[in-house]
Amino acid sequence: MGILAILILFPLIIALILLAVKKDSARGPIVIVSGIVIGAASIFFAVTNFSGSVKDLWLSGSEVDFGIFSAGGGNAAEILSYVMMVIEAALAVLIIVLGIRHRKYLASILAAAQAIALLWFELAKGHEIKTANYIYIDNFSLIMVLIIGVIGSMICIYAVGYMKDFAHHHEGEPDRRPLFFFLMFLFLAAMFGIVVSNNLIWMYFFWEVTTLCSFFLIGYTRTPEAINNSFRALIMNLLGGCAFVAAIILMGLHPYIESFELSQVLATGVSLHEQGVDEPVFNAIIGLLAFAGITKAAQMPFNSWLLGAMVAPTPVSALLHSSTMVKAGVFLIVKLSPALGIQGLFHIGPGFMVILVGSVTFLFASLAALSQSNAKRVLAYSTVANLGLITACAGIGTAEAVWCAVMLIIFHAVTKSLLFLCVGTAEHNIGSRDIEDMDGLFGRMPRLATFMIVGIAGMFLAPFGMLISKWAALQAFVDTGNIWALLAVVFGSAVTLFYWTKWLGKLSAIVANRQDIEQGVRKEEWAVTGCLTALTIVVAITFPFFSNGLVVPYLGAAFSSVAEKTFVVLQTDNMIIMMIMVVLIIVLALLLYGRTGKRLLPLYMSGVNEGDDLTYLGSMQKDVPVSLRNWYFEDMFPEKSMNRIGLIVTCAVFALVFSYMISSMVGLYDYFVQTGGAA
Amino acid sequence: MFNFYGDDISAFQIISLILYVVLAPFAGGLIAGIDRKVTARMQGRVGPPVLQPFYDVGKLLQKEAVTVGRGAQDFYVMCCLIFMIIAGAFFFFGFNLLMVVFTLTTASIFLVVAGYSSNSPYAQIGAERELLQMMSYEPMVLLTAVGLFMVNGSFNVENIIGNEVFSLKFLPGIFIGYLFIITIKLRKSPFDLSMSHHAHQELVKGLTTEFSGKTLAALEISHWYENIFLLGFIFLFFANGTWYMAVIGIAAVVVCYFLEILIDNGYARMKWQFTLKSAWIMTLIFGGANIFVLYYLRGYLWLAA
Repeated sequence: MGILAILILFPLIIALILLAVKKDSARGPIVIVSGIVIGAASIFFAVTNFSGSVKDLWLSGSEVDFGIFSAGGGNAAEILSYVMMVIEAALAVLIIVLGIRHRKYLASILAAAQAIALLWFELAKGHEIKTANYIYIDNFSLIMVLIIGVIGSMICIYAVGYMKDFAHHHEGEPDRRPLFFFLMFLFLAAMFGIVVSNNLIWMYFFWEVTTLCSFFLIGYTRTPEAINNSFRALIMNLLGGCAFVAAIILMGLHPYIESFELSQVLATGVSLHEQGVDEPVFNAIIGLLAFAGITKAAQMPFNSWLLGAMVAPTPVSALLHSSTMVKAGVFLIVKLSPALGIQGLFHIGPGFMVILVGSVTFLFASLAALSQSNAKRVLAYSTVANLGLITACAGIGTAEAVWCAVMLIIFHAVTKSLLFLCVGTAEHNIGSRDIEDMDGLFGRMPRLATFMIVGIAGMFLAPFGMLISKWAALQAFVDTGNIWALLAVVFGSAVTLFYWTKWLGKLSAIVANRQDIEQGVRKEEWAVTGCLTALTIVVAITFPFFSNGLVVPYLGAAFSSVAEKTFVVLQTDNMIIMMIMVVLIIVLALLLYGRTGKRLLPLYMSGVNEGDDLTYLGSMQKDVPVSLRNWYFEDMFPEKSMNRIGLIVTCAVFALVFSYMISSMVGLYDYFVQTGGAA
Repeated sequence: MFNFYGDDISAFQIISLILYVVLAPFAGGLIAGIDRKVTARMQGRVGPPVLQPFYDVGKLLQKEAVTVGRGAQDFYVMCCLIFMIIAGAFFFFGFNLLMVVFTLTTASIFLVVAGYSSNSPYAQIGAERELLQMMSYEPMVLLTAVGLFMVNGSFNVENIIGNEVFSLKFLPGIFIGYLFIITIKLRKSPFDLSMSHHAHQELVKGLTTEFSGKTLAALEISHWYENIFLLGFIFLFFANGTWYMAVIGIAAVVVCYFLEILIDNGYARMKWQFTLKSAWIMTLIFGGANIFVLYYLRGYLWLAA
């Protein structure tokens, strides 16, 4: 228990210290040391709690030691709940004021609505409902703790060097780095809170803290664009927050559940599933929670907030995309998975909504990525797409599909943080984040280009992890007959192939006469990107151990149908072959790459090559420089239309599912069935 | 014969694996030779001897070793060849079809990156077109694997061949879709955008412009390997564990390949837009519809299998 308190409190204390520290020389060591401590603590926590079984750590009435509190669990937790309520109210006031000041009244209204609703409900009814387990830790939580603790703190360490350069590039502007690092560490604390909370009111509190942290981080530069985008993110996430509050209220009012515990909801969900019953109020609770997850996971139609978030400094993007924020969204959806799923292609309910929104997002976000040349936008659309796949897997609601979702979360966190940080470093050294300007990066920044190539290969290529998960996802979709998701994944992965490979090609092009400009890269940046590259490869090789040691036991606990011994997603021999192939590629690269005893010749250019491989003699006896550009399909798959189609389809799905839920809740549906529609 | 992580491995699997690795380049080269001969006859020419592809590759192997850039492309082409052999080996060993498809994709990606790495204008445009072709055919290749799974209850080639269901009966749409995209895969006109066997490419030799000598020979051999197991996919639609269906399956492969040659000679190269649109529309109409029908036939099929 103590270590859990450390995981939440320690980042919080460091955050407060960093808010006070103004000196650059002091900040660096604090961030690096505390980053290492958080990483080590989360690994320690995961290792000591890893046993394959679920633990209830906070039984009411039993003695617990939550760091500062040493009272009966129930009491301490209740005091904490009140503290959270007060902070929540204060945060709501803050949003209302900011919203009014920047004329974003919708943000104010949403914040006011959810704060008032929740406070009213907690004071009127909520406090009568007792919570047995405020905190609930299973293997999935442990995996999330590892991702947040290890990758999140690595990104914070990277930010030390990056933000020095950033301040250098933005000279003359006020230095807000104390606020920046405060928010980064607060973010980590809140994320730890989300993944271990069982009481949904607690989870909602941490949830709102991450929303606010991301709001301030996106608006970090305070340019009009940044402020605009930060409010867009805020409004969309508050919309999800409203759904969260509505779900909490329904849970409190629901006669069978009458609890705020996620474990209770899931237990009810599993038993309803086994009986094959569609219970309208319960469906609405799950639907609303899934909706909250969908907004946070930046699924269509809410993907624009994540794309807008790239106005922030790159470490923020890395953090939002890999280990925090969007991962909180999919975390919740994956948690809900045992209560999701569909029987039949047109079985309207929360499962239907989650599967369709995820599939549509995967396909259209991938298509939108085709036309992007801005590296960060490609990464952002790829994140949205992969989260779509995770969401769709969770919506299927079988153990096999959830296996894919969890593995995707792991692989994506490692690889995407690597890619974002590489792009950040490239941007500061070549002065551009455009993929076209990374032409021949292999000549200019060989080490960085190698890291990026590993990252890109990790995102889509066999035998690396993401592809293995995609493979299993495809298999799960076919097994359960989810043709919607199947078609989306089949077309979407073909598109994924295109936009990654053309980037890969640009990086690996050998352009003549390029200077090595890598010396300027900071030590922290090399350390972190190097670690993440190694991690990408290590995870790709060791994933069967993660699978068997952490994921399968979780599935055994979450899905009553899973008998651990017979649970096979991919046969072990397939996994082993994939591992061998990873090793083979590495060996081949080390043995063969760049070793040639052949005579080198100039390129063929359909005109006389001037000998430098960069110009040829044109027909007017003039030197013509050659420049090569990639292919972006702006005519065939324009970004705007892809987003619009995604928006229309997903909104239609939401409208269909929620109107169906509401109508069945108020009994209209039954009425129409009884009277044959003649009212 | 022996046990590998719970899978019994038969002598038959090992023999077919060895036969593939040893014989596929000869068979592939022979098919290429026959292809050229038949094509020549269709055009009213005599054509080269059937063994010409072997003479060509033999000559390439003796050429002076030259390269462009810093020779990075040699590494990528070598990886392409190795992964192509591995993909085919998985297929003939009877492994998971999806693994075959993904390994094949990896091999093709190495080829594309080889094209990019030279930074030559022709090779790079060829590489981009090759990618476009991949994007065009990939959905249908995956749906083919899915269709075969839905009918036979397994992704493993071994089980699909051994299963007593005549898959084509349930997969006519998927079969048509696969025949359509294999035209792209075999680099036949009207879809030979990235590189061409014929000397009328506006991109010179496209993707392969900067390859020479042993590198080009390795690429040629990897195509021979690839073609053999691409044709093997056609066989899967027919195989049901009996010898006479195996014979029919091989006959069907021959007929289909002849059809491809006919198409190759009957059409001029089309624009890239046509490749992408037609392949995706065919995939959706024939592949997608077939999958939907299978979904509703599922209960019946499961009983049959």
